[in-house]
Amino acid sequence: MTQRIKFFLINNGPLLTTITIFILVYFAGGRLYPAMQKPQVFFNLFINTAALLIVSIGMTFVILTKGIDLSVAGMIALTSAASAALLVNGVNPIVVMILMLLMGIVFGLAMGSIIHYLKVEPFIVTLMGLFFARGMAFIITLSSLTIKDPVYRYLALTKVHIPFFEKAYVYIPSLVGPILLLVAIYLANFTRFGRTVYAIGNNEQSAMLMGLPVARTKIIVYAFGGFCSALAGIVFSISLLSGYGGYAPGMELDAIASVVIGGTMLTGGVGNVIGTLFGVLINGTIVSILQFNGTLSSWWTRIGVGALTLIFIGIQSLFYMKKKN
Amino acid sequence: MTDSQNILSMNRIKKSFPGVAALENVDFSLRKGEVHALIGENGAGKSTLIKVLTGVEHPDSGSIELDGKPVQVRSPQHSQELGISTVYQEINLCTNISVAENIMMGFEPHNFFGIDWKKMNALASEAMKRLDVDIDVTQSLGNFSVAIQQMVAIVRSLEVASPKILILDEPTSSLDVNETAHLFGVIRKLKSEGIGIIFITHFLDQVYEITDRITVLRNGKLVGTYNTTSLPRIELIGKMLGRSLTELDEVSKAKQKNEQKKDTESLVEAKGLGLTGSIEAIDFELHVGEVVGLAGLLGSGRTEIANLIFGIDTPDKGSLKIKGKKINHFSPLESLENGIALCPEDRKAEGIVGDLTIRENIILALQARYGWFKFIATQKQYEIAENYIKLLGIATPSADQLVKNLSGGNQQKVILARWLATDPQVFILDEPTRGIDVGAKAEIQKLVLQLAQEGKSIIFISSELEEVLRTSHRIVVLRDRKKAAEYSGDVDDHTIIQTMAGIL
Amino acid sequence: MKNNTPLFKRVRENRLFWPLVALSLIFIFNAIFSPGFFKLGILDGHLYGNLIDVFNNSAPLMLVALGMTLVIATGGVDLSVGAVIAISAAMGAVLINPVFGNEEITNAVAADPTLTNTPLWLVVVVTLVAGTLCGLWNGLLVSRAKISPMVATLILMVAGRGIAQLIERGQIMTVYYKPYHWFGNGFILGLPVSIYIVAIVYAIAWVLVRKTSIGLFIESVGLNAKSSYYSGISEKNVKLFAYTFCGFCGAVAGLILGSYIHAIDANNIGLNYELDAIFAVVIGGTLMSGGRFSLLASMVGALIIWTFTITMYIFGVPANALLAGRAVLVLVVILLYSDYARRILNRIFERKGLQHDTAN
Repeated sequence: MTQRIKFFLINNGPLLTTITIFILVYFAGGRLYPAMQKPQVFFNLFINTAALLIVSIGMTFVILTKGIDLSVAGMIALTSAASAALLVNGVNPIVVMILMLLMGIVFGLAMGSIIHYLKVEPFIVTLMGLFFARGMAFIITLSSLTIKDPVYRYLALTKVHIPFFEKAYVYIPSLVGPILLLVAIYLANFTRFGRTVYAIGNNEQSAMLMGLPVARTKIIVYAFGGFCSALAGIVFSISLLSGYGGYAPGMELDAIASVVIGGTMLTGGVGNVIGTLFGVLINGTIVSILQFNGTLSSWWTRIGVGALTLIFIGIQSLFYMKKKN
Repeated sequence: MTDSQNILSMNRIKKSFPGVAALENVDFSLRKGEVHALIGENGAGKSTLIKVLTGVEHPDSGSIELDGKPVQVRSPQHSQELGISTVYQEINLCTNISVAENIMMGFEPHNFFGIDWKKMNALASEAMKRLDVDIDVTQSLGNFSVAIQQMVAIVRSLEVASPKILILDEPTSSLDVNETAHLFGVIRKLKSEGIGIIFITHFLDQVYEITDRITVLRNGKLVGTYNTTSLPRIELIGKMLGRSLTELDEVSKAKQKNEQKKDTESLVEAKGLGLTGSIEAIDFELHVGEVVGLAGLLGSGRTEIANLIFGIDTPDKGSLKIKGKKINHFSPLESLENGIALCPEDRKAEGIVGDLTIRENIILALQARYGWFKFIATQKQYEIAENYIKLLGIATPSADQLVKNLSGGNQQKVILARWLATDPQVFILDEPTRGIDVGAKAEIQKLVLQLAQEGKSIIFISSELEEVLRTSHRIVVLRDRKKAAEYSGDVDDHTIIQTMAGIL
Repeated sequence: MKNNTPLFKRVRENRLFWPLVALSLIFIFNAIFSPGFFKLGILDGHLYGNLIDVFNNSAPLMLVALGMTLVIATGGVDLSVGAVIAISAAMGAVLINPVFGNEEITNAVAADPTLTNTPLWLVVVVTLVAGTLCGLWNGLLVSRAKISPMVATLILMVAGRGIAQLIERGQIMTVYYKPYHWFGNGFILGLPVSIYIVAIVYAIAWVLVRKTSIGLFIESVGLNAKSSYYSGISEKNVKLFAYTFCGFCGAVAGLILGSYIHAIDANNIGLNYELDAIFAVVIGGTLMSGGRFSLLASMVGALIIWTFTITMYIFGVPANALLAGRAVLVLVVILLYSDYARRILNRIFERKGLQHDTAN
C-alpha cells in the first residue's frame, strides 16, 4: 500500500504541486485583497482565460508528443481578423465559425505534415506558421475591424448564471474551454489516439516498432492544435468583438507556460490536461492579483510568466531526477 | 542433422556496406524448440545478421527459408507477420504508459465508451501470469526493473503474433543473477512450447546454461555452428577471438626489440579507481615507453577504464595520478593538457567530425589545447596536416577532403594524427583497428610499437587477442568489470583465454 | 590562401553563389520594372536613393544575422533577438530622457534637442552591455542549465518585451536629443553611419571566427558535439560565446534602430526580427542543424530581404502583408537545403542520367 502511495506521489507529483500552488496563490491573493474572496472573482478567471485555456489544451497534446506549437497566437489573430472581415461582409456567423474551425484544422494538418514527412523541426515550422498567420491577418486588414454581428454580440454579452452561487456568472464563450477540457480528457485517456500521443512522446521509435500509427497521430495532434487555436480565436473575437492581426502577442508563451506549470514535461510523454487547467488558472490568478494591486503594471505579467516557466522547468527536472533514482 | 527439423535456415547470406563486408556467406539455422546462441565480438556481424532476418536490411545475396519455404523478408512488419519476433537490448517499449498498455496497445479491447481499461488490464495481467510474472499491470512500465520490462517486451511479442521464432538481443546485459534466472525460466517455458529462440549474448556462462547450439561469427564470417555440450569454453573463446594472421608477423619482431622497458618512471597511476555501475575499483600503472594491453570480452570494462583515465567519466572512488600529479578535475581538456590522448571506440560518434576537412580534424585537439586565441594560422595548419598525411600514409588527394568520405582505416589515422599533433605522452587506443582492413591494421600496430620505442606509453584495447599479444609488454585481463589478472607480455594466449573465461 | 585547392574554392563560392543569384534576380527585376531604384543623388553632401535606403534599413538585420549565424551554427537558435533589440533601445532611451518614472514629458523638455541625462558615450556603453547581458543569460540557460535553445530564448522573447516596457514604464519614449539620432540617420563621407557600424561589427566577428579558433570550434560543436568534447573542446563555453555575441549584435542593432526611429515603442521595435534573422541565415546556406556557416552569406541574406522589401514598398505593398510570404519562403529555403531535398534532387538527376544512358 505504501508502495502504491509512493508510486502515486511520484507519478502525480507535478500535478499535485500545481494544484497546491494554485490554492496557495489564490489564498494569498484572497488575504491580500479581500475582494478576491468573492466567488465572482474566481469565475472571472474562467472569463479572462477562456481563449488561453482552449489553446493550452491543444498545446498540451502537442507537447505530449515532444513537439511544440508556436503558431497559436498567430492563428488566434488570423481567426479574429478573418471572421471580422467575413462578418462585415454579411456572411452568416455560423458559417463563419465553421469556416474558421476548418481553416484551423487545415493549417494544423499542413504544419503537422511538414513536421512529420519533411522532418523539419516543430519549432521552426510552427514559428513560420505564427508569422504566416499574422501576415495573412494583416493582408486581410491592416487595422482593427469591429464586429457588429448580433449573434456575436449576443454570445459576448449573455451571462450564464452559476448554480448555487448567487450573482455569480460567466459568459457563454467561457464555457467552451471547460467543455473542450472534458473532450480532451476523454481523448487522452480512452482512445487509442490519446494513448499513442503519450507513447510517441516517450519514444517515437518504440511507438513505431509497436506498430502504433505514429504518422497519423502526430499530424492529427497538430490539426487538433490548429482546431483549438481557431476555436480560441473565435472565443477571443467574441469577447473583444473585433479582429486584428496583432492580437494576442506572446500568447504562445502563456500557453506553453500553462502547460509546463500544469506538470507536462517539455520532453514529452508525461503530463495531462487536468494539470493544464490549473496551469491556466494560476496564470489567471496572478494576472488578477496584479489587477487588484493596481500599481503593478501589465508588463509584470509577461515577466512573471517567463519567470514561472523557468521555475517550473526547474521543478520538473528535479522530479525527473527523483524518478530516475 | 536433418534439415526437416529446421524452422529457419539462412543460406550463404552476404551483405556489404560501403567499404565494409558486414556478412560474407554466412549460414545459420534454427530448429523447433531450440535455444541457439549467436556469438561474436562487436563488429562480428551478429547485428547485421539479425537485421537481415528481421527485414531491416536486405541481403546482397543468399536465401532465407522458413519451414522449408523460401521467403524474402521485406520489412520489420513483414518479419513479424512471418512469425519472427524480436526483443531488443534497448527495450522498444514506452516507459511512461502502463504495463497493460505496453502489452495490448494496437489491439486493445474497446467498449462503447472507448478503451476498456478493466478488460485490458485483466488480459494483460493474465498474459504476464502465463510467464509466472505477477505484477500490477496498471503501473507505468518505467516503475519496474529492466528485467520486468524485458519480460513485458517478450509478452507483447507473444501477444501481437504467436511467433515461431523469438530473437532475444542481449536480453540479460543489465540484469542481475536472480532476474536472469527468472528470464531463463521464461525462456525454458517458451522453448517447451516449441518456439525457436535465437539468443544473443556476451555472457558465456549463460550460453552454457541455456543454449543448445552455438553459432560463432567473426569479422562478418561464419566460424562455425556447434553443439553447446561438445564445445569447451576455452575453444569457444578461441574461436571468438581468432588467431593466425600471418600477415602481421613482422609486427612481432618489432616488439622483441623493446621488450626490456620496465621499471621506469610511472606515468599513469590509478589506485582503487572506479565508478559505480561502470567499473569496479582497480589498480593500474603505466610506465614510460610501455604498451599495456587491456584484454577482456565485450562489456568487461575495457572502454570504461579508458573513459575514466581520459576524464570522460568522473570516478567516484579511488585516485588517479598522472606524472605524479593527482587529478582532481576530470575532463578531456584536462587530460589533453596532461599529455593524454584517447582514440575512442566509436569512431563515427566520438572520434571524427565527418563534415570537417582532414586538416581541421587533425588540428582540432591541438587547437583545443592552445585555446581560443592562440590560433594556428592556415598555412601552419596545412603544414601540420600534410606532414601527418605523409607520415601515416593517409590515402587522400588533399588535406581539404571531408573526413566522412575516407575509409574507416584512414579515418582512424586522422584521429591518430589529431592526437599525435598534440605530442602526448600517453596514448589510449580503444579498438583502433576495428572495422578496418588487414593492411591498415598492420600499419596501426606498427605505429603503436614505433611510438613506444620513441618513449610514449600506450594503453591498447582490442577485442582481437592476437593483436593485444603482439603489441603489449604487459597485459591486464578484465572480467565482469573487474581486473582479473595481469601478465607480462610473453604470456601465451591460452592463459589469457582461460583468465577471460574465469577458469584461472 | 594559395594552398586552396579547386574543391575548397568551389565550396566557398557555392556558399555565396545562391544568395548572390537571388540578389541579382531582384536587382534585374528592379532594373526592368523600376529603373529609378538605382538612381543615386546627392543631398546635403551625402548620397541618397533606394540603394542607400536598402543598406541603411538592412543594417540592423545584418547585425542580428551575424549573431544568429553563430548561434545556429552551434545547432541552436535565438528567438529573443527582437526582444533584445527592444531592451537595449529602451535602456538608451531611458538614460537620455531627462525625465524619469511616470512623469509626463513636458513640451519645454521635448523641444530642447541638446538635453540629455547621461553622456552619449555612456548611453552607447549601457545599450551594448544590456544586450550582451541578455545574450549571456540565454547562453547560460542553454549551456549550463541545459534548457533547449528554443524554450530558453522563447522565455526572453516574451518576457524581454515586458522588461523593455518596464524600463520605459510602459510609455513610448521619444528621444529628442540630437546626437543620438546620428547612429541611424547620420552620414560619414556621404554614406550612412550604419554601414560603417555594420562593417566594424562584421570585421570584429570575422576576426573572432576566422583569426581565432572560435569559428572552427563552433562548426565542430555544431557538427558533432561529442567528438568535439572528446577532442578537448569546451562545448559549453563555445555555446555561451555564441549566444553572448548574438546578444551583443542585437544590442548594436537596437542602438541603430532606436536612433533611426527615435520613438522607442517596446512592443514594436525589432518586431519579427527573429523571423528575418533566421531567414537571412538560412538563405546564407547555414543549416538549422548547425555546422558550416558563412557570415558574409548571411549578410547577403539580410540584404536580399531588405532589397525585396523596399522593392515591394516601391510597388505599394505594405510591410505587414509581406510577413506571410517571408514565413513561407523560410520554410521553402530550409527544405531546399535539407538532406531530404538533396536526396530527391539526386534521384531526379540520377534518373535523368539513366535515361540519357539508355538513349545513347
